[in-house]
Amino acid sequence: MATKEISVGDVLARSSEYEEELDTERMTISMGPSHPSTHGVLRLKLELDGEVVTECDPELGYLHRGDEKIAENMTYNQFVPYTDRLDYLAPLANNVAYAIAVEKLAHLEVPPRCQAIRVLVSELARISAHLLGLGAFAMDTGALTVFMLTFTEREKLYTLFEKLTGARLTTSFTRIGGVARDLPDDWLNEVSVFVDQLIPVVDEVDGLLTRNRIFVDRTKDVGVISREDAISYGLTGPNLRGSGVPLDLRKDVPYSGYEQYDFDIPVGTVGDAYDRYLVRMEEMRQSALIVKQVIETIPEGSYFAEDAKRIFPPTKDKVMSSMEELIQNFMITTQGPQMPAGEVYFEAENPKGALGFFIHSKGGGVPYRMKIRGPSFCNLSILPKICVGAMISDVVAILGSLDFVMGECDR
Amino acid sequence: MDDDFLSKLLESHNYLTQRDSADHPAVNCPADRWTDCAKSLRDEHGYDMLIDATCIDWDKESPRFSAVYHLFSTVTHKYIRIVVDAEDDENPSVPSVTSLWAAADWHEREAYDMFGVTFEGHPDLRRILMWDSYPWHPLRKEFPLAGHDTELPDIAVREETGTPVIPAPMAGGPFVSSKQAGAMSKNEPRGADQSWNEEEEKPK
Repeated sequence: MATKEISVGDVLARSSEYEEELDTERMTISMGPSHPSTHGVLRLKLELDGEVVTECDPELGYLHRGDEKIAENMTYNQFVPYTDRLDYLAPLANNVAYAIAVEKLAHLEVPPRCQAIRVLVSELARISAHLLGLGAFAMDTGALTVFMLTFTEREKLYTLFEKLTGARLTTSFTRIGGVARDLPDDWLNEVSVFVDQLIPVVDEVDGLLTRNRIFVDRTKDVGVISREDAISYGLTGPNLRGSGVPLDLRKDVPYSGYEQYDFDIPVGTVGDAYDRYLVRMEEMRQSALIVKQVIETIPEGSYFAEDAKRIFPPTKDKVMSSMEELIQNFMITTQGPQMPAGEVYFEAENPKGALGFFIHSKGGGVPYRMKIRGPSFCNLSILPKICVGAMISDVVAILGSLDFVMGECDR
Repeated sequence: MDDDFLSKLLESHNYLTQRDSADHPAVNCPADRWTDCAKSLRDEHGYDMLIDATCIDWDKESPRFSAVYHLFSTVTHKYIRIVVDAEDDENPSVPSVTSLWAAADWHEREAYDMFGVTFEGHPDLRRILMWDSYPWHPLRKEFPLAGHDTELPDIAVREETGTPVIPAPMAGGPFVSSKQAGAMSKNEPRGADQSWNEEEEKPK
């Protein structure tokens, strides 16, 4: 019986050799919408030649809830809870991005303390999102222990979020013109203790994964995104930086007082899944640094814009004792925060990338049109390109390394 | 600096007109010049990233639809907004820029899905969030918040199981108010089944 030798070095070469020498039949398989590695409800229609992907067609929309339509039908503050459900792994960061976008429309500056609180919760949200992203990525590539470690830390963060906002997941913490409440007593100390406990865990994950032969084999040179492709496809966040583009909106288009803090932007060199992993690991350390700086320098003062009488409702004790404040509270609650007419686009550096809000207002308390730019939507659009030529098991690693969340992809 | 850039841009591209904006420089561009303009912005002015593309429905006004593009430069870190009006109100159409930025592919598919605006030259203009046989464009202003009753694509299910897909009732869903008179609790479809409680057994 004749045997055929096939080189196993290069995946692409192997697929072409298959084509020439062996008669193979293309097979179409459906990965998802409920597949553990699609992290939600993404469906990939894969065309396979043996184990090699020859075509990939992502199908979205399983989690489409019409958030943009809903936004046109309610006041600005009423939409805050809907932003929790965009990137539901970092709801606080979404709240902050949305509030700043609407405040840009009104040209409203919030007090320094409010800005510092927003930076603090955004960075904690980033840590929590990356902890989950890395844990799930490691689990997809076969390292289950990491997931246990990162989820233990994440649980501590959720307890902190619950103390601050009253909810673990659906935080709805910001309001247009401020935040819902000031920091609870002693909360900053607890955050400080958490950050000190976090770094050893990150080190441990580092030790478990970074030089782990299996993990490196599964991720190195897998899902390589070139610098040009990353920019052309509109990738943002760690996925863009993994390809070597040092773009971070916190540094380059600073908002909410990010320019006061000292931190570095990690970038990759190759743009493969391994680089994206390294970028996320370093981002957690940098976020921890920012959190420490905020705790040290947090200014005293008000946690909301007190002079924005038509945007932020007065505190409860004033509502109950003064007629004018009662009317103000009533007007803002029933008609929404009053915005001027205009167009504004703002995006914030969220854990997954740039979460953008485009708002067209005709004045009043309800937006005429609001478009939400979900970073995961753009990050996934490169899948048809990078999955071709990869093996099925690589697709799992690629999906894990892109770290997307369908809530903001489908909106 | 932004004003300076904008006035120079308006001078060198005389078909552009300035647009009101609360933040970044913004211009209106006629549909037939949009691809030229986009090419020049990308190659000569360094706007290498298409960050967002969407549409606005102006409802009763004409032109009814406008496409809104946001470009970003990874070098100067500046944004620019370009608004392109679709000329025809019945069959709105705007030139596609998928050949310039790969990111435009999915953004334009989404805009087509939500508004029914076609993008000329788009290689694969299909729905992206809704399913292919969905007959409406949900972000148009005349589309009700509660949605329309729509037949679901049940062919695949029917083939396998022999039973059709029965859509969930609209009444009782979010943003749907009942047309019937009387107390709201009576009109809730679930309300009919609430006669029983801990003391009283569920009617058979």
